[in-house]
Amino acid sequence: MNANLSALLYLVAGVLFILSLRGLSSPASSRQGNLFGMIGMAIAVATTLANHPPADGLAWLLVIVGIAIGAAIGAVIARRVPMTSMPELVAAFHSLVGMAAVLVAAGAFYAPEAFDIGTPGNIHTQSLVEMSLGVAIGALTFTGSVIAFLKLSARMSGAPIILPARHLINISLAVALVACIVGLVVTGSPVFFWLNVILALLLGVLMIIPIGGADMPVVISMLNSYSGWAAAGIGFTLGNSALIITGALVGSSGAILSYIMCHAMNRSFISVILGGFGGETAAAGGATGEQKPAKLGSADDAAFIMKNASKVIIVPGYGMAVAQAQHALREMADMLKKEGVEVKYAIHPVAGRMPGHMNVLLAEANVPYDEVFELEDINSEFAQADIAFVIGANDVTNPAAEEDKTSPIYGMPVLQVWKAGTVMFIKRSLASGYAGIDNPLFYRDNTMMLLGDAKKVTENIVKAM
Amino acid sequence: MEHVAQVVDPFIFRLSIFVLAVFVGYFVVWSVTPALHTPLMSVTNAISSVIVVGALLAGGVANVSSGSGWARGFGFIALIFACINIFGGFLVTQRMLAMYKKKAK
Repeated sequence: MNANLSALLYLVAGVLFILSLRGLSSPASSRQGNLFGMIGMAIAVATTLANHPPADGLAWLLVIVGIAIGAAIGAVIARRVPMTSMPELVAAFHSLVGMAAVLVAAGAFYAPEAFDIGTPGNIHTQSLVEMSLGVAIGALTFTGSVIAFLKLSARMSGAPIILPARHLINISLAVALVACIVGLVVTGSPVFFWLNVILALLLGVLMIIPIGGADMPVVISMLNSYSGWAAAGIGFTLGNSALIITGALVGSSGAILSYIMCHAMNRSFISVILGGFGGETAAAGGATGEQKPAKLGSADDAAFIMKNASKVIIVPGYGMAVAQAQHALREMADMLKKEGVEVKYAIHPVAGRMPGHMNVLLAEANVPYDEVFELEDINSEFAQADIAFVIGANDVTNPAAEEDKTSPIYGMPVLQVWKAGTVMFIKRSLASGYAGIDNPLFYRDNTMMLLGDAKKVTENIVKAM
Repeated sequence: MEHVAQVVDPFIFRLSIFVLAVFVGYFVVWSVTPALHTPLMSVTNAISSVIVVGALLAGGVANVSSGSGWARGFGFIALIFACINIFGGFLVTQRMLAMYKKKAK
């Protein structure tokens, strides 16, 4: 195939990828967008195979077997994964992109002639620079995502792991990494190539272990961004516009999501990266609330009050996901709607462990997406609501964020559930939330605590109705 | 009059594409509705696996030296990883998007 034609086809693939993201501006156009993405991918793969067909029968076999294995594993995972596990799945996928970038770069390093970037041991300097950046970011994304995966799937504690002198260690590692990149570019030696890989792998681990579970939405977005930059780096090496465009799209997408998450927590990106948040229980703000008694309610009380309400706003959080309570919740909402109660859902940007996590879970439980609202669209409505039904959320409803200047979360935008007539809290205990901050809302007069597993309590309310 | 052709390094063209794509990404992603941020992450995962083109080049290289043998091995593993991501990413996105429904009248 003509090189110009294939370059044009890669451009078409890149444009289709842009359209696939563009489709996500509304649920109605999103399915078509996903289809555009698939077509773009098919074009990119077909163009590569037509332009650079595998050299011999064995190579064809490797390619076909490789695609078949990957496709089978990917399809099975996509079908089986429960929606509550999306954060860990996305983290695992990020790690694969990172590792693929490292392996492709290694392939290009050992067989540069296949990539038109020189001959073995004599690779163009510029390509070495691009390659080493792609490798470093890819390796860092790989181990960083593996740690994020372990933390998100609770195979590893979400508590931050703080090494002594960790900033010093990280800075020296980063300096050593830069030195290795320079070494690789100057000498072209495989020793520097692999040192580069090893240092970046190590840096990825050390960067993510000090970051606490509450900051995972930022981490996962950030790794999304890194996987994009790694792909773009490899795109420069290959001179492939589809890869460069995609890398840039994904890189900026992850960066924007990180920004949105940081903003929603009123934290700076730097303070998240430096880590350590959410480890110990914050002393400030929590001291006064302990003595006051909380008002406990039963499922029957809750059912009675809600049936007689005219407007209920449901605030779901990570606790709902853990208890898999979304289906019971939707059943409850259906019954309320039958009684003529207006039901809406309010979602905080950092509810759950990744951006948009709650929306997917509600969609899975057949909650129509036009009943689900974002923080800024619904916050003014709590004052008119009879009941705010908080299920598995805590920190995102904490009035201390607006009232208590000493609170660590002061300034974070929160859902103003306390303005509703009655606040119902489904929680396992009166313990503080993930960020380790006590919630004064538990002890207010218009708050009713429904202690227990989110799913069981919701089911009991449904029965009581 | 002699016209001296000034050849622009292809790197500059690539950089131009990259910079413009960053801007396109910036505007496109801000227009994504927050309700679809999880599908956004899974689909960006799938499309960033277009790195598969590199895996195909490395895996299909002519077997002429020990270096190309290594390249084939790396390419093969990269191909598996990228394909897990491509199929897993697009299919799980499709599964999620199919769940978003409007209110029944």
